[in-house]
Amino acid sequence: MRRLEMKKKVYKKKGTRSKSTVGFVLILAIIAFTSFVMINGLQVGIYEILPVKDNVNYGLDLTGGVYVVLEAKEAKGDPVTDEKINRAIAIIQERIDGLGVSEPIIARQGENRIRVSIPDMQDQKEALDVIGKTAQLEFVGPDGEVVLTGERVRESNAVYQTDETGARSAVVTLKFNEAGTEAFAEATAKYINQVIEIKLDGEVISAPQVQTKITGGEAVITGMANIEEAGNLATLIQAGALPVELEPVEVRTIGPTLGQDSLEKSIIGGAIGISLVFAFMLFYYRVPGFIADLALIVYVLLNFLVYSLIGVTITLPGVAGIILSIGMAVDANVIIFERIKEELRIGKSLGAAIDSGFKEAFSSIFDGNVTVVIAGLVLFALGSGTVKGFAVTLLIGTAISMFTALTVTRHLLKMFVNMQIVKNTKFYGA
Amino acid sequence: MIICIGSLLINGLNYGIDFKGGTIIQIEMHQTFKTDEIREITDTFDDSADITYAGEEQTQLMINTQESLNEEQIESLFSKFQEKYDLKGKDLLSSEKVSATIGDEFKTQSILASVIAVLLILVYITFRFEFLFGFSAVLALAHDLIAVLGAYSIFGVEVNSPFIAAMLTILGFSVNDTIVIFDRIRENRRKYKKSQLFELTNDSVNQTMGRSINTTLCVLLAIISLYLMGVQSIQDFILPLIIGFISGSYSTIFIASSFWYVVQEKRQAAKAH
Repeated sequence: MRRLEMKKKVYKKKGTRSKSTVGFVLILAIIAFTSFVMINGLQVGIYEILPVKDNVNYGLDLTGGVYVVLEAKEAKGDPVTDEKINRAIAIIQERIDGLGVSEPIIARQGENRIRVSIPDMQDQKEALDVIGKTAQLEFVGPDGEVVLTGERVRESNAVYQTDETGARSAVVTLKFNEAGTEAFAEATAKYINQVIEIKLDGEVISAPQVQTKITGGEAVITGMANIEEAGNLATLIQAGALPVELEPVEVRTIGPTLGQDSLEKSIIGGAIGISLVFAFMLFYYRVPGFIADLALIVYVLLNFLVYSLIGVTITLPGVAGIILSIGMAVDANVIIFERIKEELRIGKSLGAAIDSGFKEAFSSIFDGNVTVVIAGLVLFALGSGTVKGFAVTLLIGTAISMFTALTVTRHLLKMFVNMQIVKNTKFYGA
Repeated sequence: MIICIGSLLINGLNYGIDFKGGTIIQIEMHQTFKTDEIREITDTFDDSADITYAGEEQTQLMINTQESLNEEQIESLFSKFQEKYDLKGKDLLSSEKVSATIGDEFKTQSILASVIAVLLILVYITFRFEFLFGFSAVLALAHDLIAVLGAYSIFGVEVNSPFIAAMLTILGFSVNDTIVIFDRIRENRRKYKKSQLFELTNDSVNQTMGRSINTTLCVLLAIISLYLMGVQSIQDFILPLIIGFISGSYSTIFIASSFWYVVQEKRQAAKAH
């Protein structure tokens, strides 16, 4: 009877061992493959997976660009209302579209501020001219009477015009609406041979002499330095005047080279740091350390997956956040392994020690990470753009690290143990 | 500790423009330069501006002024440099202007955020453990924050918004560390008699010390490499983190648990009477 039972036991062990080995090798292969795809991208027929670095949004400090916070000024008797701010935002949006930049971000900040991020734009002055100017257009007769305002302009464009001498210059063409055409016809008739000044925000930008009565409802503004200036003015007029005066209270311009340089250096520094961490874990914790390193790779992959899916904006502090969270992800593993060590010392078997190690460690890991999450949430609520980037990567990192430490590490470790390559408990930390 | 507090009181902190308001302009000069040459140009705008070097070969110029320069002024300032040193447009690496009102707001917000974070953490620990633990943890935390602020004050490093991010992170992490020890004390409490308070605390600390040190070591490995490789702005951010983590480790082991022990002992003695 006994012999039969012993045979059964041996049979069971063999089955688990090969199953685990297959599973383990499979997972290693998946990890390697996924890492490769994440770094290099993959093309399968018509489907293309972009490498991670092309798939994430970069913050302004990495792409370069202009960041402005505008504050609405209260004019006497003209309070700043929600409606005004919203209209201002819409107008600014239209203006920036006119600049032709990719993916600007315009958002309301608090009661009376508007936050604008324009990536890939270097000219601070141009940016502020376009988005911050009230852009009130006025046609003023020689006696100071305002005959026409920008509201009556239906369409505005920037074109090249060739004059009698054959010289080409950039001009802004205006098409008035019905009321505007009427008013303009009246004005040109009234002030024939006199000068009608065209003012923008009180400054004279053009002062043409009226030659004939114009009934076509079209006018031209000359005196533009180049087509860019003409284009900007056309955009301003087209979008319309801002309903409220905006003042820039915060202006940051980052050149593109600074951002790229910083990113490269940070990635190198981070890679070195992480390698050191991997080496340390391997050296100090041996087999569990190796497993932890694998789990960390999975951790990093998961993080990047989340970034691509959610559309997180990576800023330079964000990169620091990623590297920091990798260091801290180690923490959960360390807690578990120290526990396993203790259990082994008490004399438990390998399997049992691993199980109780994970169980006991859970409350420590959970409580500890909650405090980091609290700090992260507060930071997220408070922070400006770049700091928010850091809070986001830190929060995502902490959440994922709890997950990988408790599930991935545990499964990998069990599988490895079942593979029975290394049985000596010394290698596990006893 | 005393040195830190002393320095904070005497020197104060070197507040960057995020707090004070002002303008920072960074220009790539492509050559080394002397501060006097620079002042010739900058004095026309602000004669109390700060001139510093940056960049790997010290070829970058950083002008730090408390005046909020508008775009035109910045442009005219840069064009003067462009002329004199034959620079291109893209050599204006970055310019940042913050008005004084925003600076004040940010200061208040930061302090508020830190206080809220600490309170939330205190509440959470009290909820999961008990109040005395919470208070000891906060004490250790205060130690860490003062250490970091002190280091900044002593070395005169600039305090800007990434600094606040660093502080809050250290807050989270230091408490994390402390919790691990408290968790162990809580668990061991069942196994020790009331009279063995000292052994309880001591053993718990010993048991968790390995983990504390290892984790801190790993994190430091990761971010010190980043610090050595990184550009100025990253370094300004990582430095308080490094100091904070080291201090956090130390405070957890020596301050938090010792304090708890001392008070708990008094409590038990009081109860016995």
